[in-house]
Amino acid sequence: MPKRNDIKKVLVIGSGPIVIGQAAEFDYSGSQACKALREEGVEVVLINSNPATIQTDSGMADKVYIEPLKPEFIRKVIEKERPQGLIGTMAGQTGLNLTMQLAERGILKEFGVEVLGTGLDAISAAEDRGKFADLCKRIGEPLLDSIAATSVEQALEFAKSHDYPFVLRPAYTLGGTGGGIARNEEELRSLVEFGLRMSEIGQTLIEESVLGWGEFEYEVMRDGKDNCITICNMENFDPMGIHTGESIVAAPSQTLSDNDHQMLRSAALRMIRALNIKGGCNIQFALNQKTGKYIVIEVNPRLSRSSALASKATGYPIARVAAKIALGYTLDEIDNAVTKTTPASFEPALDYIVVKIPRWPFDKMPDAVKYLGTQMKSTGEVMAIGRTFEEALQKAVRSLDIKKAGLELDAKFDWKDRDKVLSIIKEPTDQRLYAIYAALKMGTACEEIAGLSGINPWFIRKMEKILEMEGKIGIAGERLLSDKQLMLEAKRSGFSDRQIARIIGRKEMEVRDARKKLGIIPAYKMVDTCAAEFAAKTPYYYSTYEAENEAVPEKRRKVIVLGSGPIRIGQGIEFDYCCCHASFALRAAGVQSIMINNNPETISTDFDASDRLYFEPLALEDVLNVIENESPDGVIVQFGGQTSINLAKGLHENGVRILGTQLEGIDMAEDRERFRKLLNELKIPQPRNGTARNIEEALKAAEEIHYPVVVRPSYVIAGRGMQIVYDEAELKRYISEAVDVSEEKPVLIDKYLENAIECEIDGVSDGKRLFIAGIMEHVEKAGVHSGDASCAVPPITLPEKTQKTIIDYSGRIAKSLENIGAINIQFAVQDGTVYLLEANPRGSRSMPYLSKATGIPIVKLATNVLLGKTLDELGAPKEVPQLPYCAVKSVVFPFIKLPGTDIVLGPEMKSTGESMGIDFDFGRAYYKAMLSAGVNFYTKGRVALTLAPGDKPHAASLAREFDALGFEIFATDGTAAAIGDAAPVAVVKKLSEGDPNIVGMMKAGELDMVVNTPTKGKLAFTDGFGIRRAALENGIPLITTIEAAKGIIAAIKARKTAELTLEPMNYYTGRVGK
Amino acid sequence: MLEAGKKKGILVLSDGSIFRGLGFGAEKVSVGELVFNTSMMGYQEALTDPSYAGQILLMTYPLIGNYGANKGDFESKKVQVPAFVVREACELPSHKDSNATLDEFLGRNNTPGIAGLDTRSIVRRIRERGVMPACVCVYSGNEPDTAGLLAKANALDYSKINFVEQASVKKEEEYGAPGWKKIALIDCGAKQSIIRELVKRELSVTVLPWNSSSMSILSHDPDGVLISNGPGDPALLGNVAKTAKELFGKMPIFGICLGHQILAHAVGGKTFKLRFGHRGSNHPVKDLETGAVTITSQNHGYAVDEKSLPKEFVPTKLNLNDRTNEGMKHRELPIFSVQYHPEANPGPLDSLGLFDEFKRLVEEY
Repeated sequence: MPKRNDIKKVLVIGSGPIVIGQAAEFDYSGSQACKALREEGVEVVLINSNPATIQTDSGMADKVYIEPLKPEFIRKVIEKERPQGLIGTMAGQTGLNLTMQLAERGILKEFGVEVLGTGLDAISAAEDRGKFADLCKRIGEPLLDSIAATSVEQALEFAKSHDYPFVLRPAYTLGGTGGGIARNEEELRSLVEFGLRMSEIGQTLIEESVLGWGEFEYEVMRDGKDNCITICNMENFDPMGIHTGESIVAAPSQTLSDNDHQMLRSAALRMIRALNIKGGCNIQFALNQKTGKYIVIEVNPRLSRSSALASKATGYPIARVAAKIALGYTLDEIDNAVTKTTPASFEPALDYIVVKIPRWPFDKMPDAVKYLGTQMKSTGEVMAIGRTFEEALQKAVRSLDIKKAGLELDAKFDWKDRDKVLSIIKEPTDQRLYAIYAALKMGTACEEIAGLSGINPWFIRKMEKILEMEGKIGIAGERLLSDKQLMLEAKRSGFSDRQIARIIGRKEMEVRDARKKLGIIPAYKMVDTCAAEFAAKTPYYYSTYEAENEAVPEKRRKVIVLGSGPIRIGQGIEFDYCCCHASFALRAAGVQSIMINNNPETISTDFDASDRLYFEPLALEDVLNVIENESPDGVIVQFGGQTSINLAKGLHENGVRILGTQLEGIDMAEDRERFRKLLNELKIPQPRNGTARNIEEALKAAEEIHYPVVVRPSYVIAGRGMQIVYDEAELKRYISEAVDVSEEKPVLIDKYLENAIECEIDGVSDGKRLFIAGIMEHVEKAGVHSGDASCAVPPITLPEKTQKTIIDYSGRIAKSLENIGAINIQFAVQDGTVYLLEANPRGSRSMPYLSKATGIPIVKLATNVLLGKTLDELGAPKEVPQLPYCAVKSVVFPFIKLPGTDIVLGPEMKSTGESMGIDFDFGRAYYKAMLSAGVNFYTKGRVALTLAPGDKPHAASLAREFDALGFEIFATDGTAAAIGDAAPVAVVKKLSEGDPNIVGMMKAGELDMVVNTPTKGKLAFTDGFGIRRAALENGIPLITTIEAAKGIIAAIKARKTAELTLEPMNYYTGRVGK
Repeated sequence: MLEAGKKKGILVLSDGSIFRGLGFGAEKVSVGELVFNTSMMGYQEALTDPSYAGQILLMTYPLIGNYGANKGDFESKKVQVPAFVVREACELPSHKDSNATLDEFLGRNNTPGIAGLDTRSIVRRIRERGVMPACVCVYSGNEPDTAGLLAKANALDYSKINFVEQASVKKEEEYGAPGWKKIALIDCGAKQSIIRELVKRELSVTVLPWNSSSMSILSHDPDGVLISNGPGDPALLGNVAKTAKELFGKMPIFGICLGHQILAHAVGGKTFKLRFGHRGSNHPVKDLETGAVTITSQNHGYAVDEKSLPKEFVPTKLNLNDRTNEGMKHRELPIFSVQYHPEANPGPLDSLGLFDEFKRLVEEY
C-alpha cells in the first residue's frame, strides 16, 4: 500500500513540559515523526508548549506553534492551518488525551481532520478499562478480575467478593498518577478517592493483584495491511507491583524459554490486531514463572518511554516507522534505516544485553516517600549495553552519575544492618539493587532474596557473580595489576578501573595504566539491529572487552560532544538540546560529530543525530577510552551540564584538548573564593560572602555577612543542598544535618538579598567580544532557584540603565574567565544596585528557551566559535536583540507524584520541566506559560489568601486587585486582618483551627485558587504544608509567591482585555530588532 | 561465565583463524561447517534440530543457557550439532522446567561446546567470507596441535556428505489415531514439531525413511505427503526428488525447507548455496499472492533458484532481506512448499496456518 496522496498537511501534537512519567522520550519520538513526515513531502504543523525540545526547532516542522496544549488552542491552530491529518500518538498520554478531547468536542469532525495511524476506536479500546476488558474477553486473552469503578461504593462492593491487595489504576493518566496498591479497606477508600480525581474521566480500575509475578513487555508494530512484528521484548528485573518505569529492565528477556516467549509474542500480536492499532504499541504481561500462566496487564496504544528504550536497545527507529505507517505505507515498503538494505518488516536480533535503570529524584527531594510502587517517581533513566549481563548492569549503575563506579555500596547507609537491608529488598526503595548486593555480601542466600523480592533468581545469581569477582579482585590485590587473565575477567564483568582501584587500594589512574600495559583495552561493537547478519552503516557503538574493534576511527576532523546523562531535577532535557545542537553544528561545519551519552530517552542518542554515537557511561574511564579510540581534535564539555563539566579536570589532566573555556576559567567560576577575588578586582558588586571549612568558620562568616544568608556546598548541580538560613540555630542544624563540611568540601555562605529582582543572561563569547542573546528577568524574587523561577524576555521592569550595567558586567566577567563559547551569568538587582551572583561558562538551562524566544541559535553560534570562528564572521548581532513581543518561561513541579513533599520554592531546584508562552505583552505571555505549566487558573471565582508574616504588607493590594477582577476573597485570620477594609473578605479557618476550614473548602470544590506564601525557613509539618498539599491533590491552582500572584493578576487582566495572539514562532522571531 | 582453569576450548576455522575460549560439554574434537543463528532463545530446539547435522552452531546472542535444558524442547532424540559455540554458557539457569545446565546437557549428549570468545567477530567473518569448515576441540591440560585441527577442518567437504542418511529414521514410525487422514512423512531429518503440528490437527503420520520408494510410500495409502526439512545439500538427494516427482498428482504434497528444495529438483529446478544461509527467528517473508508479510523461523544454507523453476511452479513467497525464494506452488496440482519453518520451535508461530492449509488440501482431495 503506497503512501496516501490525499494527506498534504499534518498536525503533530507535542507532549508539553517534562514531568515525571513523561520525559524526553516524546521529544525523541515526536521529532523523529516530524522528520519522517517531512521526508515524504508532507507539510508539518507542530504544537508543543515545551521550548526545551528539538521538536520545536524551526527546522523540525514547517510551522511551529509554541502554545498551550489545550483543546481550545489546538482548535484555533486547526482552524488556521487546516491540516488533513493529525498525529497524537507521539506525545505520550498528553497526546492521546488531547486527541480524544478534540474528537469528543467535535473539532476534528468540524474541520475534517483525520486521526492518522492508530485511530480513536483503538485508543479508547485500549485506554477505557471497561472496553479493554471486554475486548480481552472476546479474543480469549486472560485478564485479572477487575472493575472499572466510578465511585468509592462500587470499589468497596468489588472488594467484598475478592481478596486484598488490589492494584488501582486510574483511566487516562500518565505514569500511573493516582495509582497504588490497597492492602485494606482504608487504603482502598483513599486511593479510589484520589484516583477518581486524577482520572480525566473519573474512572479507576481496581484489579486483583499479581504482586511478585514476572513482568514482561513487548513492543509491537502493525501496519494498515495487518502486518505485525515485535520489535523487542523486555524483562523487568523488579517483578509486578512496581511500575515498569520504576523497574530495572533488561532487553531482550533473559529468563524466557522460546516457548514462553512465543506464547507472549503471539498474544501480543493477537492484542494489536484486535485493537486495530496502526503504528506502535507497548503490551505488558505478567507471567507466573512457577506455573507458566500469564495475564495481560495493559496496552499503551502509542509511543511510550518503553518504545524509546526499545528503539535505542535495538537500533530500530519505532517512531519513524510508525509515522510512515500513519501515511499509509506498509512495513515492507519502509527501509530499515540502519542497514539501508533490508526492510523495516523484520524483528531485530540483539547480540548484546541492555540494562536500563531509572534515575530517582530523592537526592533533591529528601522528604519524599521513597518506596517504589505503581506510581512513577523517577525523572529519567540510563541505559547500558554489554556483552555480559554483569557488564551491562555495572555500566548502567556507573551511568547514573551518583558517584558509584559500579555495583558498590556507599557510606551513607548502614549496609551491615541485616534487618534493614532485607526490609528494603522486601519493600523496595530506590536502594533495592544495592540492598541485594549488601545482602549477598552478608552471605544471604539467593533463594531468600528471591523469596523476599520476587525477583527471578537468575538476576540475583548474576549479582552473586559480580560479588564473586569482587572477591577475586580483593584477594589478588596488587597482583591484579600484572594478571592479564584476571584483569580481563574483571573488565568483562563490568568492573571499572575506579572500582578496582577502590577494592585494591590504588589510584584509578594506576589501574588504568597497568591495564593498558597488559594490553587490555575495550573493543567497540556496533548496534546494528541484526546481530551482524548484515553489514550496517549505523555508527552506533558500545564498548566491551573483546577482540575485534568495529569502531575504526575515520581520518578526518572530528570533535567529541559529552552528553548530560539521565534526566534529573536540575539537569533536564535542556542540556540534551544543547548537546544535540552542538552535534548538528559540528556536522554542518563539516566536522565529524561524535556523541557520548547514556540516556535512552533523548535525541542525542538517536542513531542519526551525530556522525557517531557511543552509548557509554559518562565516567572518566569510559570517556577517555573513546577519546583514545578516536583521537579527536577536541572535546566539548560545555553543553552536558554538570556531568560533562565535572569531567573537564580529569580530561585536562590526561592531556585531552578541551574546546572553549579552559579548566582554568571553569575553575575560577566554580571556586567561590577565586571568583570572589575576581569580582573584587573587577569592582563588580556581589552579595557579601564567605567560605567555611568547619562549623566555627561558618558561624563566624554568617555573623559578619548578616543573616539571612544562603548556604550551599560547593560544586553542585542546581542548588543541591542549598538553603536560605535566617539565624544561627538554623545554620547549626544545616551544617550538622544537611552537608558534610570538610577541608575539601567547603560550604559557601552568601548574603541573601531580600526583595531583589533576579535576572540572567545567556551569551556566547569568542575571546574578543561577548554576544548577549537576551536579558531574562525572573518573576519570582531572588532566592528562588533560577531553574524554578518563571522568567521573561525582554525584561519586564529593569530600567535601561540597569540593563546597561548588566551588559557591561557580563562582558567583563566573560573576558576575565577567558570564556570561549557559551556562558550564562546570573544577577540580582536590589535598590538599583546590580549584584553578580554567579557565572557559568557553559551551556545553560535557559539557552533552549532563549533560542526559541529570539530565533537565534545560541548553541550553534557557540559551537562554531569553539571551532575557531569569530562572532563577527558568524554574523552575530552586536547588540542585545530587541524583541517587540514577550516570551515567558514557566516551570512544572513534581510534587503531585511525590507524596510527602512540600510545595515551597527555594534555592534548591525542584522543577522537572518548563513551558513557554509567547505574545505581545507580558500578561498574555505569562497567562499562556502558566496554562501550559498546568496551572489551570480561572479568570474569576473564589480565591483564598493565606500569607506569611513577611508578606502581609502585600495583602491589601493583592486583595484589592482580585476584588477588582471580580473574585470573591477568602482569607485566614491574620491575612484577613492585614487586608482590612481594602476589599470585602470572608475569614476562613486554618486546618488546625477546627472545622469548617480552608482544606475542607478545597476538598468540597469551593475554592478556585489559593495564594499561600510559606513561612520562611525550612519547617516541618505546618498548616501551610497541609493547605499546599490539599490544593495540589485537589487540582486547585496554587500560588506560593507574591510575585507569582501579581503575575497571575496581570495575566488575568491581560486575558480579559486583549485577545490572545495565535501565530507560529517565525511570526514573532521575524520581528526581532524591527 | 565459565571459570578459567577448567576445561578449555579451541575453535579453528578452515581459513586458518584460531579462537581460544573456555570449554564445556564433552571433551572431544568435532568437525563441521560453522554456521550462525540469530535467534535469541530456543537453543535446545536448535541443538536437536536434525537440519544442523554436520554443522557447528554458533549463537549470536551472547547469553545462552539462561533457562537450562528441559525434557520438552527436543526436536529429535539427540543433539545433532557436532559442536556449539557461544559467548557465554549460563552456569546457573533459572526456569521451572530446567533439569540441566547447558554444560551438563551437552556433556550427556557427548557434544563439545566452546564459550568466552568474540562470537560477533566470527559472525562478521562468516558474513564476509561465507560459512566454512571448522574444528572445535574441548580439552583439559595442554593445548592440542592447532595444525592438526586445521587439517581436520580442511578435510571436511560438507556438500559431499549425505547427512540425510544419518538423520532419517531407519524404520517406519506411526503417530496419530485410527480414522484420521493419513500423512506420509518422508523423513529427511524431520523436526518433531512438524509431527506434533500434524497430529494436533488430527492427522495421522507415518514417518518413512528418506529413501523410501514411491511404491512403498503409496503402499501406505496416504492421503497426503510431507517432505520434511533436513541437513545438507539438496543436490545430493536426486533419488528423493525422483520419488517426489512420481507422487505428483496422486495426492497433496507439502514440502518444508529441504523438502521445498527437493520439490524444486523434482521438476528440474536448481538450488544454490547461500554465502551464510538463513538461520534465525526474524526473517520477513512476503506472500506474493496477498502481499502479507510474515516473520518466519528459518534454517537453511541452500536456496531455490527461482529462475530455474519450470512453468508449472509459481513462486509464492519471497524473503525480503535478500529477495531469495521462500515458497512455491504447483499451478494445477495440490503441491506447495516453503523454505522456512511453519512448525517454529524455535521461532514465531505466525505460519502455523500452513498446516491448516495442508489439512484442507488433504481433506478436499
